[in-house]
Amino acid sequence: MHFVSPQSTEEAARHLAEGGAKARILAGGTDLLVQMKSGMVSPETVIDIKRIPGMRDITEEDGGYRVGAGVPGQQLNEHAGVKSLWPGVVEACDLIGSTQIQGRCTIIGNLCNGSPAADTVPAMAAANAVAHVVGPSGTRDVPVADLPQGPGKLALEEGEFVASVLLPARPKRAADAYLRFTPRTEMDIAVASAAVSLELAEDGTVSDARVVLGAVGPKIIVATAAAEAIIGTKLDDDALEAMTKACRDAATPIDDKRGTVEFRTQVAGVLAKRAARIAKDRAGERT
Amino acid sequence: MSKLHVTTTVNGDELDFVCPPEETLLDALRGRLGLSGSKEGCGTGDCGACTVKMDGRLVCACLVLAPEAQGAEIETIEGMATGESLHPLQSSFIDNAALQCGICTPGILVAAKDLLERNPDPSETEIRYWLAGNLCRCTGYDKIIKAVQFAAAEMRGETA
Amino acid sequence: MNKMSREKQDFKVIGTRVKRPDGIDKVTGRAQYGADLVVPGMLTGAVLRSPHAHAKINAIDTSEAMALPGVKAIVTNADFAALDDEFLLDVADNCLAREKALYHGHAVAAVAAKDAQTAKAALKLIKVDYTPLPHVTDVDDAMESDAPVVQAGRKQENVKGDYSDNVTMYCEFGHGDLDAGFAKADHVIERSFKTAATHQGYIEPHACLASMTSDGKADLWCCTQGQYFVRTLCAGILGMEASQLRVTASEIGGGFGGKTTCFIEPVALALSRKAGRPVKLVMTRDEVFRATGPTVSSSSDVKIGMTKDGRITAAYAALRYQGGAFPCETVAMGAQSAFAAYDLDAVKTEGWNALTNRPKEAAYRAPGAPMAVYAVESVVDELTQHFGLDPLDVRLKNAADAGTLSSYGPTFEAIGLVATLEAAQKHPHYSAPLGENQGRGVSCGFWFNFGGNTCVSLNINDDGTVGITEGNPDIGGSRASISMMAAEELGIPYEQVRTIVADTSSLGYNDVTDGSRVTFAVGLATIEAARDAIKKMCSRVAKIWEIDPDAVIWENGQAKPSGPNAGDFEPMSLAEIAALSSETGGPIAGHYEVNADGAGVSFGVHLADVEVDPETGATKVLRYTAFQDAGKAVHPDYVEGQMQGGSAQGIGWALNEEYIYDDDGMLLNAGFLDYRVPVASDLPSIEPVILEIPNPGHPYGVRGVGETSIVPPLAALSNAVSRAAGVRLHELPMSPPKILKAITSKG
Repeated sequence: MHFVSPQSTEEAARHLAEGGAKARILAGGTDLLVQMKSGMVSPETVIDIKRIPGMRDITEEDGGYRVGAGVPGQQLNEHAGVKSLWPGVVEACDLIGSTQIQGRCTIIGNLCNGSPAADTVPAMAAANAVAHVVGPSGTRDVPVADLPQGPGKLALEEGEFVASVLLPARPKRAADAYLRFTPRTEMDIAVASAAVSLELAEDGTVSDARVVLGAVGPKIIVATAAAEAIIGTKLDDDALEAMTKACRDAATPIDDKRGTVEFRTQVAGVLAKRAARIAKDRAGERT
Repeated sequence: MSKLHVTTTVNGDELDFVCPPEETLLDALRGRLGLSGSKEGCGTGDCGACTVKMDGRLVCACLVLAPEAQGAEIETIEGMATGESLHPLQSSFIDNAALQCGICTPGILVAAKDLLERNPDPSETEIRYWLAGNLCRCTGYDKIIKAVQFAAAEMRGETA
Repeated sequence: MNKMSREKQDFKVIGTRVKRPDGIDKVTGRAQYGADLVVPGMLTGAVLRSPHAHAKINAIDTSEAMALPGVKAIVTNADFAALDDEFLLDVADNCLAREKALYHGHAVAAVAAKDAQTAKAALKLIKVDYTPLPHVTDVDDAMESDAPVVQAGRKQENVKGDYSDNVTMYCEFGHGDLDAGFAKADHVIERSFKTAATHQGYIEPHACLASMTSDGKADLWCCTQGQYFVRTLCAGILGMEASQLRVTASEIGGGFGGKTTCFIEPVALALSRKAGRPVKLVMTRDEVFRATGPTVSSSSDVKIGMTKDGRITAAYAALRYQGGAFPCETVAMGAQSAFAAYDLDAVKTEGWNALTNRPKEAAYRAPGAPMAVYAVESVVDELTQHFGLDPLDVRLKNAADAGTLSSYGPTFEAIGLVATLEAAQKHPHYSAPLGENQGRGVSCGFWFNFGGNTCVSLNINDDGTVGITEGNPDIGGSRASISMMAAEELGIPYEQVRTIVADTSSLGYNDVTDGSRVTFAVGLATIEAARDAIKKMCSRVAKIWEIDPDAVIWENGQAKPSGPNAGDFEPMSLAEIAALSSETGGPIAGHYEVNADGAGVSFGVHLADVEVDPETGATKVLRYTAFQDAGKAVHPDYVEGQMQGGSAQGIGWALNEEYIYDDDGMLLNAGFLDYRVPVASDLPSIEPVILEIPNPGHPYGVRGVGETSIVPPLAALSNAVSRAAGVRLHELPMSPPKILKAITSKG
């Protein structure tokens, strides 16, 4: 195995293209090292991108925030600006692993690992976050919601990697929330999860919403019908019930060691309902 | 398989070692630097027995590649006491019987020290969540939580 | 003089909360555990494991692996001695499979190489020719007459009925006329239960370092609960004499029963013998889950009859346990524990053990008892609900006490159950209000406790301090407790005593650290060794004073004349006697060897409050209080620690922990991520309440306390969840999908 620490994204992309399927990007390493330990992957080249300038920075951009691929979870959680603008994304990030994992894990690693149960992916997708992709033939920006293609699969070309994510600006009276279900309070993988981002009109009516479910399908599910069920409402019980049902209809989970189809379907709806309430309360406070 | 030369600062001392690139920081600390106070309980970041501080943040040393430590500042359990003086957390763990077998103790102490540096007066809930990544199978955590609270009070200058 | 009664004595050291002597080593990272030792020339070992749940091993080809540069030795079961002893053979076959791989993860071969990378690479080059066989992992399935047979020819003679050859043993206990008893009941409830296999979950994986030389002498360093038993097993498996194998116990990073046998030690010795170099072998966490002993999983039926005022008229339990691919008799412990808390006229328990394609069961804290008591205490709780009675009243009404003919045979001596129940009833926890979706559960728990073979040396140093050599690894503060008992008996400060754990060549045989035996049995032997030393010191003083040895007594750490008739002499302190020892006959030491009896059973009662989320089935433990009879708490902190630790393990067992197998017999959750032991934020503060009902079998009244605490939590949690959710649960773990399903189905 070779260990390289490129100084620029171009150099990193070159290593990645040269290494092909046997090369892996190393940011926080909290998934990669586990996979190496279990023998699931045996990379020939590991490309540590954390020494590339800017990779460990959170910068303000057009009223939103750009988060570098090397930014550890704890750094994001400590960032007052991001926390105030996208509390749901930050709380999703904070749920990844332990304090020690927070010292290393990154939201982009969480995305690129390709797990349908990743905590930050539904939250970023609900936030309309945009990934900045670097590759051998240049750069491109892709909505986070469009990247996951199935367990371990992303819509990235050979040699491409995600260098940063933009959490966009948003108006007042808008907020998000993320909830997941795990049997333990911490140190667990989501059995089902839901992110809700919404905007309120001045009268408190939901003017826009995005509902994204995790761990109930081979990839995140952007539950459009669920969002539509609450747009134009004040989140009254009927609207929430309709949204809950829409989430359950959208869910396509599997039975596995972490949960059953029945349980995941049921709980995804409950989480979306609860997250919507939290997001609405938060939005009401952002005036 | 070419080996890498890594220079790193551990507990204030500049040290160096040579290792294969896939070696973890934990294996390097234990096997190459003789610092076996950090323990491997799982190798997958699920137990926290290998907790060390790296460039100001807690990490599981089992989930860091040793070459990543190039130029880094690392703190381990071996650096916690100053000469003959134990850190207040170390004394508190002995005084409050916060360890039974002791295998999780180094990781918990390193993690708790970082907590108290960030938050000198954490609530019981805050301590429990901060230490959720440090498994202890002997104590049921109760005496650990109390020992952290006791040390925190002492460090704040309150005689407990 | 020698047999001082210590009842009602005012203790000076016992009952205080002194600092443990190994504390600084353990908070500074200096303590050396199994994987921490390094010796010159050391090789690294690695183990190849079966990818099949059950398979015939046709051939193992190691030639390609051996040819890899840096590989120094490869061993298989053929490198072990030919064994006749069935017990030893089982241990050996579990360490390295012979003829058949019996479970997913069963060790098949092992390598020693220059480093870990080479050892790992070599494993991939070993070619094993398997023929997969049908498998079975569920206990009820394994008992069916047409089940795949794991090992034939292991059925004991008393097993009757149309069962498969997997059923290896049957047992029954009890007394009285069940039919007549059930006829007297106002209501009879019969229910079936299941519990999953759980792992001890010690944080330190098994680790050892073996070094054997060509003259057949060997040293073995390992984390174990019993270095002498490791010696017995390894010497047998390797065909060595015990005297040629010295086993040193490292500091131990948790055991809970799981480190009472061997998994890798004979393998490391065989590798070292073959390679001619020291070999270190350390398990990964994955290997710990796959191939070391979890506890049994169980299936049971319990039937209890009760009168409307809460008197149990008859009780019956049928217990079916599986303990993996090798015979075990854990179900007998369950069958004896099931109704131990009750004074019953008619009671019967039956137990069956079945073989399955799972790792061999190892002891886990009160082995066999928690799952049996869970089923019994669940039915008792349902009966109290049926009649609208108070759960503690009902238990008090039926509680076993001194003089009770126990459900498993013996008549109890002084026991603490009634006092423990009364303490629970009076505690503010029991009357605290509960909110919506909350429930309170109660359960009793019991463990036999054990004494066993014990050997202690106590040396009086010439400066008046004391060294104690004992043979049981310190798994949770026992060095402190043993030093305390010596200090108490000798009348010297605790700080002047130092206790060390000996290797197998330095002290006579000691049984494994199990059965909650150390504070009881090693403590007893320490007190007796101190008395032996006192006797010798008194005779030295008699020599100095030129009086009869019987005229010298020991009081408060000093030798004194027994009375005015003995003469008028200034008392001599231990230090003064020690300083003169060279002139009075040489070094002074006390010894004691015993196969200790009279351990004294221990009862506990736990109260648990939970809240169940009716929309997700999530359970939150809100409050937890554990009451337990410790006989006499030598070091209260460590008694409390045992109560809290056992409670936490039991809570994990009740809510989330389980071995999950797929249809192919593959273990799906061999890691801490998906095995889910409780983390700090999962638990509330666990309040321990110690009761002290002296054990007549110990000079200070000590009872073992380590195991009882894991017995009550299963039913305490299940009863609390059942009351909170408004629906009775019959299966552990009560993971959220199961609870939500139960809530949904009740409508």
